[in-house]
Amino acid sequence: MADVSLKNVYKTFGKTEVVHGISCDIKDGEFIVILGPSGCGKSTLLRMVAGLEVITKGEIAINGTVVNDLEPADRDIAMVFQNYALYPHMSVYKNMAYGLKIRRMPKREIEKRVFEAAKILELTEFLNRKPRQLSGGQRQRVAMGRCIVREPKIFLFDEPLSNLDAKLRVQMRLEIRKLQEDLKVTSIFVTHDQVEAMTLGDRLIVMDNGYAAQIGSPLEIYEKPATEFVAGFIGSPAMNFLPARLSADGKQAELHGNIRLPIQNGGFPSHGGQEITLGIRPEHFVIDESKTAIMHLNMDHLEILGADTLVYGHFGEDETQLTLRLPAVYHFQRNTLLPLTVSSKNLHFFDKENGQRIEK
Amino acid sequence: MEKRVVFKHKFLPYFLVAPQIIITLVFFIWPASQAVYQSVLQEDAFGLSRSFVGLANFAYIFTDEIYLHSIYVTIIFSFLVAIIAMSLSLLLAAMADRVIKGATAYKTLIIWPYAVAPAVAGVLWYFLFNPTVGIIAIYMKIFGYEWNHSLNGGQAMFLVIIAAAWREISYNFLFFLAGLQAIPKPFIEAAAIDGASPLKRFWTITFPLLSPTAFFLIVMNVVYAFFDTFGVIHVITDGGPNNATNIMVFKVYHDGFLSLDLGSSAAQSVILMIIVISLTVIQFRYIERKVYY
Amino acid sequence: MVEHRPWLTFVTHAVLILGMLLLVFPIYVTFVASSHTLDEITSDFSLLPGSHLIENYKRALSVGPRDVGATVGTMMLNSLIMALGITVGKIFISLIAAYAVVYFKFRFRMFFFWLIFITLMLPVEVRILPTYKVAADLKILDSYSGLIFPLIASATATFLFRQFFMTVPDELCEAVRIDGGGPIRFFFDILLPMSRTSIAALFVILFIYGWNQYLWPLLITTDEGYYTLLIGIKRMLDVGEGQAEWQIIMASTMLAMIPPVLIVIFMQKQFVRGMTETEK
Repeated sequence: MADVSLKNVYKTFGKTEVVHGISCDIKDGEFIVILGPSGCGKSTLLRMVAGLEVITKGEIAINGTVVNDLEPADRDIAMVFQNYALYPHMSVYKNMAYGLKIRRMPKREIEKRVFEAAKILELTEFLNRKPRQLSGGQRQRVAMGRCIVREPKIFLFDEPLSNLDAKLRVQMRLEIRKLQEDLKVTSIFVTHDQVEAMTLGDRLIVMDNGYAAQIGSPLEIYEKPATEFVAGFIGSPAMNFLPARLSADGKQAELHGNIRLPIQNGGFPSHGGQEITLGIRPEHFVIDESKTAIMHLNMDHLEILGADTLVYGHFGEDETQLTLRLPAVYHFQRNTLLPLTVSSKNLHFFDKENGQRIEK
Repeated sequence: MEKRVVFKHKFLPYFLVAPQIIITLVFFIWPASQAVYQSVLQEDAFGLSRSFVGLANFAYIFTDEIYLHSIYVTIIFSFLVAIIAMSLSLLLAAMADRVIKGATAYKTLIIWPYAVAPAVAGVLWYFLFNPTVGIIAIYMKIFGYEWNHSLNGGQAMFLVIIAAAWREISYNFLFFLAGLQAIPKPFIEAAAIDGASPLKRFWTITFPLLSPTAFFLIVMNVVYAFFDTFGVIHVITDGGPNNATNIMVFKVYHDGFLSLDLGSSAAQSVILMIIVISLTVIQFRYIERKVYY
Repeated sequence: MVEHRPWLTFVTHAVLILGMLLLVFPIYVTFVASSHTLDEITSDFSLLPGSHLIENYKRALSVGPRDVGATVGTMMLNSLIMALGITVGKIFISLIAAYAVVYFKFRFRMFFFWLIFITLMLPVEVRILPTYKVAADLKILDSYSGLIFPLIASATATFLFRQFFMTVPDELCEAVRIDGGGPIRFFFDILLPMSRTSIAALFVILFIYGWNQYLWPLLITTDEGYYTLLIGIKRMLDVGEGQAEWQIIMASTMLAMIPPVLIVIFMQKQFVRGMTETEK
C-alpha cells in the first residue's frame, strides 16, 4: 500500500531524451494505466519506477521517500513482465517462492503465502509443473502469483496481456481488475491497447513521444481529450478529423461545402477566424432524414459487424474521408448520399497547429 | 554486443575474468611474444650468448632447402588431405541425406572416427601398412607390390595422407550433413517439379547452397592438416624417410626440441603464427554468413 | 517426395555401407590384433578375433609393455586426469569469464574480450619452445598441473557461453533483481541451471580434445610415471621393429579409443550440438 509520486521525471539514453518531464501523483490503492503507442516511452517510465532504469532527472517517491537511488529489491515492488520472465527450470512453486527465499523468509511462511496465492489464482494443481508445461494464461497467472506472495507496496505490469489471444485477454483483464480490487494494492499498468486502458484504469496517463499528453479518468479522456493525439488514440474506430475554420465571432464552425455547425455554450469568441481541426467520433453521427441534416455523406463501403455497421464514405469537394458507426444493421448502396447530423455537444475542437484542445 | 541488463559491480567482473586472463597471459601471450623475440636473436642452446640478428633467421630458413621442402610437403599434404576428406565426406553426406531408414545408424557409425586422436589414427593405419605385420602390406606383397614406407617417400606420404584424411572424413560428414538438412525442402521440390534429375538437382541447387559450409570446411581442413596432424607424422614416419613427410609443424618441433636450434625454430614458429592468423581472419571475415543449424 | 528410383536407392545404401566399412575397417583390424598373441600376429594373420583378448588387456593394464616403465593402467589414469582436468578447467574459467563479459560493464571489458579471442590464433604448435620454457620455469614439468593448466584457456568455450548468455532474456535477470537477488544469485540460481545443455555439449567436445592431446604431453613429460596413454603407445612403437609387442600395442590402442568413442556414441546429440555450436 503506497502512494507514488512522479515529479518531472526525465530519461535520456545517450544523447536522446525519451521521457520529457512527466509528473503525476498516484494515490494509494489506485490503478493507473500508462497508455501509448510503441516507442512512446511508457515502458521506460515504468522501469524507472521499478528501478531497472536510472532516472536522469526528476524524482520518484514512494510513500514520501525518494527512491531514485534505491535498487529494485529495496523498493518493495513486484513486476509482471511482458514475457512473464518465469524461471524456466524451476517449478511453479519454486518460481513463486524464489523472491521470498532470497529474503530469508521462514519456510512455513513461504508455504503459506504460496498456497494462498495459488488458491486465489487457481494454480494449486500446477504447483509442481514447470513453466513450459503451462499454457499462456497459466504462465501469466504464475507471474502474478510471484507478485502477490511478495505483498509489495506496488504492483507493476509491463504489457502483460500482449502475448495472449483475444479471448484470453478479455478473461485475464477481468481477473486482474478483480484481483486488484480485492487486494487494494497500488498498481501501475503499461499497455498500448486502449480497450485495456479504458476498462482497467482508475486513471490513465496517455503518453505521446515521451510526453504525458493527458492524465485523467477514462471517461474524462474519452469525453474531453486534451490533444488531437489523445482524441485519435482513444476510441475505436478512431475519431474523424475534418479541417475547418471558426466563424469570425467564434460561434460557428465552417466546413467545406458551406456547412455550418453551431458551437454550444457561446463558442470561442477569442479564437474567431482561426483555422482548426474538428473532431467527431464515428459513433456520434446520426442519420437524419429531416431537414435538420447538416451534411451528406457519399458512401463508399460498409462493414456489417452484426451489432454495429461501420460506414466509410467521403464528403465535400475535397473528399474528406469519414467513418461512421451506426448501431444495428444497415444495407446501403454504394454512392448513396446519407444525410447526417451531429449534436453540438459531441464536437471537439483542436488547434490546427499544435493539436491542443481549444477551450474558452 | 550490449545486453540491456548490466550489473554495476566494480570488482566482481575482474575476479571472474581473472583466471582466463592469467592463463592466457602466462601460457599464450608471453610465450608467443617470446617466440617472436627469439626469432630475431641468435642464441646458443644454453642461453649464454645472445645477439640481435634482425631477420637473419628468416633469411636463413628461406634459403634452407629442407625448410623449403617442408613448405612444399605441407602444401601438398594439406591439399590432398582436404580434397580427399571433403569429397568422400560430401558423397557420404549426400547419400545419408537421402535415406530415412537406418539414418541414425549410418550417422553414428560414420561420426565416431572423429573421437579417435590423430595420433591413434596414425597407429591404426601404420599397423595396417606395416611392412612386416601389416595386413594390407602383406597382401600387396602377395600381388607383387613391395610396400615399405620407411624407405619409400611417396608411400610414406600416401600413408600419412590416408591416416589424416580418414579422421577428417567424419568431421566433414557431420557438417555437410547438417548443412544438407538445413536446406529447405521447397528448393529441392521445386527443382524436381521442374524436371531435374537427382544428380542435376544436386549440382545446380544443393551444392551452391552448401557452399558456405564447404568454404568453412576447407579452412578447417587446412588448419587441421597444418597443425593437428603432428601426431600422425610423429607416430608413422617421424618426418621421414628423408624429410618426405616433414611438414612444417613437425619441423618446428624437430628443430626446436631435438636439434635445439632455437633461432630457426622460433622463426619457423613465427611463420606458422602468421599462417594461422591469416586462416583465422579468413574464417571470420568471409564466413560471416553461415548456414545456421 | 514420390520418386521411383530403386537403382539410386541401392547405390545410396551401397555407398554408405562401403563408406562405413572404410571407416570402421582399421578399428576392426586393431581389435582383432588385440586378441591374438604376438606370434599369431607376426606369422599368420587372420581377420577373425583370437582367443587371447582378456589375457592381453590384463597384461597391458597391470604389467605394461616390456620397454616402457609404466603400466597401461597408469597411463590411462594419467590420460583421464588430464582430460577431466582440461575439461572441467576450461568449462569453469570460460563460464565465469563469459558471464563477466556479458553481464558487467567494466573498464577493459572489450580489451579482455579480444585478449581471449587471440588465443584462437595461437595453438600450441606455434609456440612450443617458449611455452615449454614457461612451464619449466614454473616447475610444472612432469606433473598434472603441467599437463592441464597450459591448455585450459579457451576462446571457443568462452564464445559459446557468451553466445548462449546473449539469448537469455533480459527479463529473467530483471526479475531476479526485483526478487532481491544480485549477480551471484542470478548466476547460480538461474544462469547456471539454464546452461546445462551447453555445458553438456562442451563437456563432450572438450573431453575428447583433452583425452586426445598429443604434442603437449609429449613435450612436457619425461617421467614415465606421467606418460599419458597416447605417448605411451608411441613409445611402445619406438622400440624397433621385430621387438614391438603388437598385441599389447593394439590392446592399448583399443583402450585409447574406447572412452572418447563411447562418449560420442552415447552422447551423440550433445556431441553434434557441441561441434556445430563451437564452430560459429
